[in-house]
Amino acid sequence: MAKQTESIFTNPLLKWIDDRFPLSSLIKDHATEYYASKNFNIWYLFGVLSMVVLIIMLITGFFLTMNYKPSADDAFNSVEYIMRSVENGWLIRYMHSTGASFFFIVIYLHMFRAMLYGSYKKPRELIWILGMLLYFCLMAEAFFGYLLPWGNMSYWAGQVIVNLFGYIPFVGDTLTEWIRGDYFISDITLNRFFAFHVIFLPLAIVGLVAAHILALHHVGSNNPDGIEIKKKLDETGKPIDGVAFHPFHTSKDLVGITIFLIIYFAAVFFAPEMGGYFLEVDNFEPADPLKTPEHIVPSWYFTPYYAILRAVPNAALGALFLVLAVVLFVFLPWLDKCEVKSIRYRGWQYKFALTLFAISFIALGYLGLQPATGIYVFLARFFTITYFAFFLLMPFYTKLEKTKTVPERVVYKKKES
Amino acid sequence: MAENLNRRKFLSIATSLTSAVGGIFAVGAFVSTFQPSKKAKALGASIKVSLSKLEPGSIIKVIYRGKPIWVLRRTDEMISELDNENSYLRDPKSELSIQPDFAKNKFRSKNPEFFVVEGVCTHLGCAPIEKFAIAPADMGPDWKGGFYCPCHGSKFDLSGRVYAGVPAPSNLRVPAHNFIDETTLLVGENS
Repeated sequence: MAKQTESIFTNPLLKWIDDRFPLSSLIKDHATEYYASKNFNIWYLFGVLSMVVLIIMLITGFFLTMNYKPSADDAFNSVEYIMRSVENGWLIRYMHSTGASFFFIVIYLHMFRAMLYGSYKKPRELIWILGMLLYFCLMAEAFFGYLLPWGNMSYWAGQVIVNLFGYIPFVGDTLTEWIRGDYFISDITLNRFFAFHVIFLPLAIVGLVAAHILALHHVGSNNPDGIEIKKKLDETGKPIDGVAFHPFHTSKDLVGITIFLIIYFAAVFFAPEMGGYFLEVDNFEPADPLKTPEHIVPSWYFTPYYAILRAVPNAALGALFLVLAVVLFVFLPWLDKCEVKSIRYRGWQYKFALTLFAISFIALGYLGLQPATGIYVFLARFFTITYFAFFLLMPFYTKLEKTKTVPERVVYKKKES
Repeated sequence: MAENLNRRKFLSIATSLTSAVGGIFAVGAFVSTFQPSKKAKALGASIKVSLSKLEPGSIIKVIYRGKPIWVLRRTDEMISELDNENSYLRDPKSELSIQPDFAKNKFRSKNPEFFVVEGVCTHLGCAPIEKFAIAPADMGPDWKGGFYCPCHGSKFDLSGRVYAGVPAPSNLRVPAHNFIDETTLLVGENS
């Protein structure tokens, strides 16, 4: 698409660049002439917020690597060194560790937004798939990063997760040895997890983010009414219900980003451990291959899947269900048979199913933190069933929906001023 | 013209195939670097343990591949205790548990005197502690001697067999091992 765009600049240097690089057309295509619906609500903030967290993670991560040593002998002490001796090292590290949890908070809300307004539906299936690939990379990134402080919980959580691969029939044992590069989680394992965490996955994530946004700007953003605004154009060919991403959406986003940063830094400064949910107590002890922490629990953002793993009585089947629970999201665009996108105009079936799903996800998250005994096991099994029912019964209940009439134009009330 | 197109098709396919073969070998080289290195293999090789100083009724612990391996030299009383009825065990014949074939018996060893086992609870990998005394105050009057996991209360007998009704699902794992001579144990290989 080598179209000739008129330069938007008057500055001679920028004009000089424009003759040699598509700067004007990039700015036009992705900001000043990218039209997104005018009725965006608060749910439409979490995309840009995840971008903000990504940038925070890339910068703080880069500064952490300057003092961190990826070896079994030095790792734990180098993290303590960053916390105690490096000027403001504690700030960089707490921004990174708190950022990990906030990343998952905004991503889960971002995904829920897509489920509310049908943003995964045609023609946005590929945006959704790219987003899910990003989610998988993020989970891997969090898992690899979690081993790096080489605390005792890091060590044993790593042990448990790597051992899950051992349940794959026939190749399981060879595969776990291949992942660890050793017969147990060792210096060798730590070193390669570091490589994944700081080189491979960040590159993959940045590339996928670019693809995610390019695909989004190609088909256009969805909106809370689930209407294609490109269908109603004015005489100049712009969508009537759209406003330019810059300056309208960007100035609104800045308010959201500011409020987000206030909450985020409140956590960084006043509750970086968040009562043991962001940084676990057992991780303040160095890794000890001969001493298991009393309760091995993964970080809070993995506990829904951990609860599913433990709810299934057979260990190998449990591992399979864990994988299914994550992967099933990818198929949402094809499981959902309803034509209407937004929950505003959908039938009670989907509203009920989505509510039940949200409750199941949060309940499983809670149960994953509890010991697997008595009533907790029963509840985990119950919510595992409702979790999978949401996906597997979707083709049936979405066909039965009685939808409301979707309006021609987006619903938007002008504020009296 | 048609001849020319055929020639192009042939060259395209030939080039693709040649690069594919090269690509597969290149990927293989990178994938293989993930395997345990020669150094890791050397450090994870079988270890010899001398049992000449091990008294009956006592235990020694060695580290093999990052895991504690216990060697218990059982007394005659311990061995005769294992002969008794054992309805309180979950898997008395070790059918659901992991051990070399020669240890799939009530002693879970080749020679009842020497018991070799991984000191790792099959529940979540804690280290059980030895409770060899019969019916001590803290274990209750029914205790016949064995191992007790302090993390979640799993109990095992002197053959590492798990009690019914505790969190651990199976008996303690018996690693591959064999005896080079009367008093030298080799951990890591069965023969």
